[in-house]
Amino acid sequence: MRETAPVFVRRFDAFDRVLHGFLMLSFLGLAATGLPLLFSDEPWARAMTRFLGSFEVAGWMHRVSALILIAVFSVHLSRIGRRLINGDYSVLWGPTSMVPRLRDVTDFVGHIRWFVGMGPRPKFDRYTYWEKFDYWAVFWGMGIIGFSGLLLWFPVMFAHIVPGWAFNIAMMVHGEEALLAVGFIFTMHFFNGHLRPEKFPMDTVIFTGRVSLDEFRDERPEEFARLKREGGLQAVLTDAPAPWLTRLGRTIGTIAITAGLLIVGLIVYALLT
Amino acid sequence: MGRPSRRWQVAGLVASFLLLTTPAFAQRRAPAPKPPDNDTCLACHGDPAFKSDAGRALGLDPKKFAESIHGNLSLACIDCHTDLKAAVDFPHVPKLARVNCASCHQPAVDAYNLSIHAYARRQSATSVAATCADCHTAHEIRPAKDPLSTTYALNLPATCSRCHGDPAIIKQGHIAIGNVAALYKDSIHGRAVTRSGLLVAANCTSCHGNHDIRQKGDPASRVNRANIPATCGSCHEGIKTQYAAGVHGAAFGRGNTRAPVCADCHSAHQIQRADVSAWQLDVIRECGTCHVNNIRTYRDTFHGQVTSLGFVRVATCAACHGAHTIFPSSDARSMTSPGRVLSTCQQCHANATAGFAKYDPHADKHDRDRNPLLYYASTFMTWLLLGTFGFFGLHAILWFPRGFSERRRNRRAPPPGPGDDGGAEI
Repeated sequence: MRETAPVFVRRFDAFDRVLHGFLMLSFLGLAATGLPLLFSDEPWARAMTRFLGSFEVAGWMHRVSALILIAVFSVHLSRIGRRLINGDYSVLWGPTSMVPRLRDVTDFVGHIRWFVGMGPRPKFDRYTYWEKFDYWAVFWGMGIIGFSGLLLWFPVMFAHIVPGWAFNIAMMVHGEEALLAVGFIFTMHFFNGHLRPEKFPMDTVIFTGRVSLDEFRDERPEEFARLKREGGLQAVLTDAPAPWLTRLGRTIGTIAITAGLLIVGLIVYALLT
Repeated sequence: MGRPSRRWQVAGLVASFLLLTTPAFAQRRAPAPKPPDNDTCLACHGDPAFKSDAGRALGLDPKKFAESIHGNLSLACIDCHTDLKAAVDFPHVPKLARVNCASCHQPAVDAYNLSIHAYARRQSATSVAATCADCHTAHEIRPAKDPLSTTYALNLPATCSRCHGDPAIIKQGHIAIGNVAALYKDSIHGRAVTRSGLLVAANCTSCHGNHDIRQKGDPASRVNRANIPATCGSCHEGIKTQYAAGVHGAAFGRGNTRAPVCADCHSAHQIQRADVSAWQLDVIRECGTCHVNNIRTYRDTFHGQVTSLGFVRVATCAACHGAHTIFPSSDARSMTSPGRVLSTCQQCHANATAGFAKYDPHADKHDRDRNPLLYYASTFMTWLLLGTFGFFGLHAILWFPRGFSERRRNRRAPPPGPGDDGGAEI
């Protein structure tokens, strides 16, 4: 299999990559316009808001970003829905589903054992347990932040339906969950996906959609074996991503990671002072 | 026998007359000994450029003196410079006694003697604290109603600023408040006086009095904390009445010295228009100096966060509680009382409903009794955050060293290149 040209495996299709791009954009936008409120007594929060013009401008950018994110979420859900309608239940269970299974628990235990040198590295399949956590964290966050955010956006309207104290909880939850989401994405997701030594400085697969066969075999041996066994490997083999695409991915990745770490730095600074 | 003796008698009389009158004759160059008149004085002092040998200005403008109130009253120089009344020899002695205004203006000087200016003078011989002439001038004194007077309402701030806006004098006099002239100039009162020429606007003396400007620590001072509402109320009568009825004014009336008075929110010398954003934001902080918990919970709300960012298009303390007529929400007159709270919300949220007004603008996520659901939700969120970050933080810390050796192994394994970092353990 080791020929002249490097062989790659297609992991994400263009649709998912573009969707992830909009997810990143809206998430960063939401973080940059929302955190100044949560840390409103910080000098940087005032500076950021003034830079944007006023809290009204920041507020509208926040709402526009929220709408983009809601659209991303809706598109994703509709894609899953269509697969289900077409009778493709592999999204609900099995190795290519995001739904957790027993295998994830054994993988996790095996991974920890491997960390401390007590066993071999687990043979991961298409989605690892931490990737599934990332996914469901966003899912949960979308529900919590999205719904509480809408409540806060249209309080007078929602006050016909929910009691007044719901806005108190919505306000608190929106902020705390945002802190969790922002903190998690900009530290844990960045570390697990990009900054850990094996991937440092970043993994461009979410931008190019392609991963080299060597890396794929090494990282997801179970998926590799499964595809080989079931004869699906040839279908996903592809050539190296175009250099411009890799460059673009690196650029976007660098900007996003830098922005994210900067925001984390500001949060940590605010929490420590 | 009689003749010679008579001759001697005559001789003796002549001699004694001569003896007695000779010194008088010697002085007889000027007319009879009477006090110098103003023209005599002005012969030298009428030249505004007239200076002593030491360079001290000794001249005055005769025209200005003539126009002054003392000039109008045809006062003589020696009416004030009384030690020259008997002077006959000119130029007179260089050092004259200090003019005593009290000889005519006893009540004003008595009042002055109670002032901080007089106090400073008594404390230190080198004090430059204001005396009569520093404010009224010496030879150009005009009545306070005269627009050219230094004590005319529109000129007074400039007169006081000669010292209270002079950094050297402020330093020398240890004037704690600093350059108060600059603060006042930017205030609504200062602008009204200096820009709009508004006679009714407060100038320095409106609040501090004129001759008996007392230290604010003095209970009799107009600017003593206990007297501030009355002092401000002398113009702002309507607000004073409102304030007196409100919770703060009532507490003040009961003698609670911690109750806020006008200057606590409005400041003393930098009083701003009530619609100035920066001031409105300052007042929120000011409320928070006593209402510590309320400002903390306020900052948890969107209202509190936006104002903290420096914008006031959202509810401030006063927006919901009122400014001068604040009542506890148990009082039916309160803007936050059950009967009025909805209309208070509707000031901004026009279509707010009764359910909307059930929102707690001071909900405390740490107070289980006041906001039980919020408390439990917040506790849950705290543990969720701690749990997630703790779990994945540990996960990452464990992964990190493993990742390093993995990276080294990966580099080495696929193509055994020449410049390999060989020798590393697997």
